[in-house]
Amino acid sequence: MSNAAAIRREPADIAPLIDATDRRLIQATQEGLPRVPRPYHAIAEQLGLSAEDVMARLRRMLETGIIRRIGAVPNHYALGYQANGMSVWDVPEERLRELGRKIGELDFVSHCYHRPRHFPDWPYNLFAMVHGRDRAQVEAKVAQIAALLGAADHGHTVLYSTRILKKTGLRIGL
Amino acid sequence: MNKELSELDRRLLNDFQQDFPLSPTPYADIARDLGVTEAEVLARLAALRNDGTVSRVGAVVRPNTIGVSTLAAMAVPPERLESVAALVSGYTEVNHNYEREHRLNLWFVATAPDAARLQAVLDEIAVRTGHEVLSFPLVEDYHIDLGFDLRI
Repeated sequence: MSNAAAIRREPADIAPLIDATDRRLIQATQEGLPRVPRPYHAIAEQLGLSAEDVMARLRRMLETGIIRRIGAVPNHYALGYQANGMSVWDVPEERLRELGRKIGELDFVSHCYHRPRHFPDWPYNLFAMVHGRDRAQVEAKVAQIAALLGAADHGHTVLYSTRILKKTGLRIGL
Repeated sequence: MNKELSELDRRLLNDFQQDFPLSPTPYADIARDLGVTEAEVLARLAALRNDGTVSRVGAVVRPNTIGVSTLAAMAVPPERLESVAALVSGYTEVNHNYEREHRLNLWFVATAPDAARLQAVLDEIAVRTGHEVLSFPLVEDYHIDLGFDLRI
């Protein structure tokens, strides 16, 4: 995809690319787009902008990777993907980026992040979210990740979610 | 919870996870693609939202672009989990909160306008609950979110 390079930019590089109006626009759409025939006009009216400006800003933020996508955000649980496993891996730092990108490209991985270790209890530095219809499906997918990592897998575990206690869009208390 | 989707619902959810039209009348455009009416698209999306099948239809923003966020975890004794989870979910800064099977059994995402406010929220949760809050901020993202294929 053409904006892949932009998506991989670090947050510090992206911050100057959005202004206060972009932030208000993101805020205004986080609970979802209005279900009216002309939703961008409705948002524009709410923010005191033109609909053309709203669409142009959203398009620009999509192109620069600030907005990943605009579309339906399905609830995995309600759709039958009831097994949600956060697989966590201890991978040598020098191979983390190379291997992380490979895992991030797997079609069953919805999130893949480098996060810090917390010694001594938490040696894991790579987090990959795996969804399946049941735990057996998740386990099979985790085995695929383990095979891909090979000798770079210095240990891993899977944390299954047992309950969603809260899930909302992003809200920033400004 | 496990529901069978109609063909229309499945296409609405699967085909428009990333290319929701940036046009003056996006729902009418989708309706034309799917061979139904705009009113039907709006009614189905409302129904899917109301029954929890779709969390929302909107923009998915790259982490840490507006505000600063982290994934945090706590090890909470089972008998205290309900009350601690409710306390954590009570913060507007917390947008996701999951119970997971592990000694670290409560995992949540917190987002604030800046790093200082984020740390203050984590510190306050630790003080109010008496349990340590471990923070796992994102160092690097290796996944490009193109949506989730519902056919797998």
